[in-house]
Amino acid sequence: MTYSVRSATVRFGATVALDDVTVEVPRGSVVAVVGGDGAGKSTLLRALVGEVSLNGGTVEAPPKQRLGYLPASSGSWAALTVAQNIDFVAGIYGLAGDELAARRAELLDRAALTQAAGRLAAQLSGGMRRKLGFVMAIVHRPDLLILDEPSTGVDPVSRIDLWRLASEAAASGAAVLMSTTYLDEAERAAHLVVLDRGRVLVQGSYDQVRADFAGVITQTDQPVRAEWAWRRGRARHEYWPDADPSDPPAGATAVLPDLEDIVIALSLARRDAVRS
Amino acid sequence: MKAMIVKEFRELLRDRRTLGMLVALPLVLLVIFGYAANFYVSSLSTAVVGPQASQVVAMLPSFFDVTVTEPADTQADAETLLRDNKVDVAFVTGKTPVLALVDGSNLFAAQSAVAALNKAGDRVKTQVLYNPGLKTSWVMVPAIIGLILTFIGTIVTSIGMVREREAGTLEQLAVMPIRPSRVILGKIAPYFLVAALDMIIVTVLGIGLFSVPFNGNPFAFALGAALFLFVVLGLGVFISTISQTAGQAIQTAFFFLLPQILLSGMIFPLDAMAAGVRWIGYLLPLTYFTMISQGIMLRGAPIASLWLPFVVLAAMAAVVFTGATLRFRRDLAPGRNPDSASPAHEQPAATEPAGTA
Repeated sequence: MTYSVRSATVRFGATVALDDVTVEVPRGSVVAVVGGDGAGKSTLLRALVGEVSLNGGTVEAPPKQRLGYLPASSGSWAALTVAQNIDFVAGIYGLAGDELAARRAELLDRAALTQAAGRLAAQLSGGMRRKLGFVMAIVHRPDLLILDEPSTGVDPVSRIDLWRLASEAAASGAAVLMSTTYLDEAERAAHLVVLDRGRVLVQGSYDQVRADFAGVITQTDQPVRAEWAWRRGRARHEYWPDADPSDPPAGATAVLPDLEDIVIALSLARRDAVRS
Repeated sequence: MKAMIVKEFRELLRDRRTLGMLVALPLVLLVIFGYAANFYVSSLSTAVVGPQASQVVAMLPSFFDVTVTEPADTQADAETLLRDNKVDVAFVTGKTPVLALVDGSNLFAAQSAVAALNKAGDRVKTQVLYNPGLKTSWVMVPAIIGLILTFIGTIVTSIGMVREREAGTLEQLAVMPIRPSRVILGKIAPYFLVAALDMIIVTVLGIGLFSVPFNGNPFAFALGAALFLFVVLGLGVFISTISQTAGQAIQTAFFFLLPQILLSGMIFPLDAMAAGVRWIGYLLPLTYFTMISQGIMLRGAPIASLWLPFVVLAAMAAVVFTGATLRFRRDLAPGRNPDSASPAHEQPAATEPAGTA
């Protein structure tokens, strides 16, 4: 089973938030959506959960009973304890009694929140709160799990925990679609989608994306064209869209691009195309 | 400091609600206090019954606006007219001195009536009904019950609803398999119960501490309170749909609360207000709840004689509550049918976008 948005277009007044976007999310895998601010990541996710109506295209998603969603906000009720938050959401999905108690204990353990079960959500750290939100999103074992930037602002250890929880959800058969601003996270996904200003720049597995990348990225101290260059650590990288990888521009050293290089290079190419 | 002042002005200019409050509130207060803040009642609705009714009517000064003249009626009929709030004063003729019955639940009218009747000396025997001591607390407690319900219904409820929006949990609720109507009912049910409990406590305390009588039917009172609660809870829900933060909700609720305090007849008698302001009072739900609570508690008025405030409150409850819940429902379900029962749904293209990125 694969869930999807196909040829999705969403407009907010004159702003095109999504422009003919097609993304598929197969069950049992994690699909990561990456892109800068205003790229359309949240709109895409909210279209899948039915929070945003499309101006064009279609959405194929399970009914609400089989959908799990972690919004970009905290996703939990601050004045309830961790356990009460889980119980509230579980109750809406029809879990009760021993089944609920067992599921709550299992999820608290997996998210390393057992010791915090009696604490108010308002008193949790950012990472713990996101893990609680995640637990609440999967308490009913959804078929499609949508996570809106689950790890933004979260410490590195909690990020690892969240990624592990997402992977486990996919391993248990859920289709997982998550947006992230961390490209190292996106590289781990089975499929990644790079959005820029509402359009898909590129999508596929990380290996596919790298293999299909056209042009050459070079490392230099003095970029030839400043508008095609960006800083990576202490060096600068420069994109040559029409160059042949076997014949890089003279005087520059070609580098094997990672996802960050690819996303920046493709974004620059698109902006250049829009300008011209 | 200049930068700070400029920044503050820029923020203020963008905060239309606060700006409106700063500009409009002084004007509103000026108009209200200028035209509405008047304790002096210029005329009293009057009935004259008994065999010498016509002669007495001819002798009464214009201050007593005679609306009922019934020579065949008795003292009991006169008391019924007062109980049903048809008149403020009733003269019972056929005895010497003439008996003047005054409705004490209409405090300022009663005070004016007693002052005017005292000038008549021994020719008139004055008897104040329903509030013989003309105690302010007897009149205020039934109105304050309504004010407390208004406070809980509008301010507390709107804050509770808006908190979901502020925390982002409204979005969470919107994607859960729960009907918007159940979200709304689940949200307001606790406030309804707390308000009902508060109403009982205030009523009992009012009776215990201030000796306010409860002469009417408690079930009729409960029905009036329930209708009124639906109106104010609806206002609370409505305020939450036009507020993004708790601060905005409080500000907006204040706009709804202030006129209810000043123009519902709770403090200043409606009859004493200028006509240009009085009509606002007749648009406010607290006006009608006060009519019901004072009528039932003080005068023991039956539901049949209070049909008008009951009908108006029921109509207000239907309009305000339905409108507010429809607005809130739109916030909760902008995208698709929440009750999709198919194993997987296809969402066709919509004609209008909803929500924001």
